[in-house]
Amino acid sequence: MALKHELGRWGEVVASDFLVANGYEVLDRGWRCRHGEIDIVARLATSIAFVEVKTRRTGRYGHPLEAITPTKLARLRVLAGEWCRANRVTAAAIRIDAIGIIGDGIAIGSLEHRTAVIS
Amino acid sequence: MTIGRTRSVALSGLSGHLVDIEADIASGLPALVIIGLPDASLGEAKDRVRSAIANSGFVMPPTRVTVNLSPASLPKQGSGFDLAIALAILAGSRDVPTESVASCVHLGELALDGRLRPVAGVLPAVVAARDAGATRIMVPAGNRAEAELVPGIEVIPVASLAHAIRVHGVDIAVHDIDVIEPPREPEPEPTQRDLADIVGQPDIISALIAAAAGGHHMFMLGPPGAGKTMIAERLVDILPDLTPEESLEVTSISSLARVAHTSRLATRPPFVAPHHTATAVAIVGGGSGIIRPGAVSRASRGVLFLDEAPEFASTVLDALRQPLESGDIVIHRANTSAHFPAHVQLVLAANPCPCGNAGIDDTTCLCTPDRRRRYLARLSGPILDRIDLHLPVSRVRRAQLFDSTAPRVTTAEARERVASARARAADRWGFTRPDPLELRSGRFRLKPTAVRSLDAALDRGALTMRGYDRVVRIAWTLADCDGSDTPTADHVGRALYLRQGVPA
Repeated sequence: MALKHELGRWGEVVASDFLVANGYEVLDRGWRCRHGEIDIVARLATSIAFVEVKTRRTGRYGHPLEAITPTKLARLRVLAGEWCRANRVTAAAIRIDAIGIIGDGIAIGSLEHRTAVIS
Repeated sequence: MTIGRTRSVALSGLSGHLVDIEADIASGLPALVIIGLPDASLGEAKDRVRSAIANSGFVMPPTRVTVNLSPASLPKQGSGFDLAIALAILAGSRDVPTESVASCVHLGELALDGRLRPVAGVLPAVVAARDAGATRIMVPAGNRAEAELVPGIEVIPVASLAHAIRVHGVDIAVHDIDVIEPPREPEPEPTQRDLADIVGQPDIISALIAAAAGGHHMFMLGPPGAGKTMIAERLVDILPDLTPEESLEVTSISSLARVAHTSRLATRPPFVAPHHTATAVAIVGGGSGIIRPGAVSRASRGVLFLDEAPEFASTVLDALRQPLESGDIVIHRANTSAHFPAHVQLVLAANPCPCGNAGIDDTTCLCTPDRRRRYLARLSGPILDRIDLHLPVSRVRRAQLFDSTAPRVTTAEARERVASARARAADRWGFTRPDPLELRSGRFRLKPTAVRSLDAALDRGALTMRGYDRVVRIAWTLADCDGSDTPTADHVGRALYLRQGVPA
């Protein structure tokens, strides 16, 4: 695996630990279908969050969350629907979240969790 | 929720409105959204602001930033809001003290490196800010001279965004940077022309002085080479200097019409001579997006000279009727309107016919009578009716050229005569000119003996009632020029001749 993929995997682990520590239940990780991949699916009470995780080593080339483009968000929306269908989840409040991490694969520099980034 | 606020100025025409700029630093993915009817160049502010903030050593908040320009229904143009937007964002993220930013009006376009570029229209914008009650305004250092022409408001020139942040009380190091100066216009060369250059046309000189003294519009008819352009240029020379208010108005218009360079107040009346292919928009103002002043506004408080007047499109000439009457012009758009001043003294010049030779001795006119008639008929009656002085200009003959005994009036002498004539008129009438009724029957009524020729013309049907009133007005101007207290029969006769000199 390339170095950047390793960093991405590490970021997803960090993010799901963070969500669990904040009372979420992680339902799924790295779920794939023909439209793409969802990093984390997590549940808090009755709402389900589909979380996109972005990890960067430094903030020198922009904030990690800046890398989430409108195209990417549109795809996440489709993926959320696909996941619900595949898992027969119907009556949940659904939202798209984003987590941006700056870290080197060992220590976390910063972590930001933005909820409901599509309104 | 954190919000930063500040203010800037949106210009429509010469009048400016204070615009509240609020930046909301909300949660969400990084984005910068500008709302409140921005045009394309203002919409691009987000990219300039982002780079300028980063290159000034600050961090653009990595969240959703919404910038609202209020009142949201007023269309806003141009790049002059950049500084205000950047500071509102930094105040929202608490990088800069919010009160200091909120209490100041900001103007200026940001360069990507954070320096401030000068913008057009700073003078009217500063005036508008002051009139709206603002006490402090921050402008690009390159516009400093222009902004400081306005009294009664504290002008803070800044060279860059970092400099502005420091002025607002943040202790950061500001490096010496090159101030971006506006493009300089070369100093106008002192004019070499003088009224004494006009030889052999004493009637014209006295008519010109009367025109300058009374602010009468002028129409010159004569063959090519008779000196019509020369005469028109000298009219502006003999007008008195601008008053302080006029000067601010003239300078504001030139600040708006061109890209910023104004650094001193205009003191002399402008002279604008558009080419006869000019469109109605070029003359009265307009244009897509930003509404620009036209020639009639650039010539406000001065002279608008239309050479070869019949060659102008008739729609263009007729578009001048309304501004000539009201002294200002309003340009309407679907969602806004712009006011510009249009206090011009109009000077028209025309050849007697397309070939130019009609009515000249020793030459033959090649035009058919119909063509000749059509040529001058392009000047519509309503336009000519607003023109008081109709002057036939003839070619100078050799004998006149070398006649050293003929008196010559210099510009300085003429300007003095104009000034004293205007002073007499002001003494008599105060600030407001009397209406025609007052001139006809009030205490300014002329003696019956003085207006005998005029009454005869009215009886003959050679003169309309409006024409009658205009002639009386010209007679008063002529009397002022001669230094007499009331117009005599001679003044009225001359006025009648000047009004109807050209059978057009």
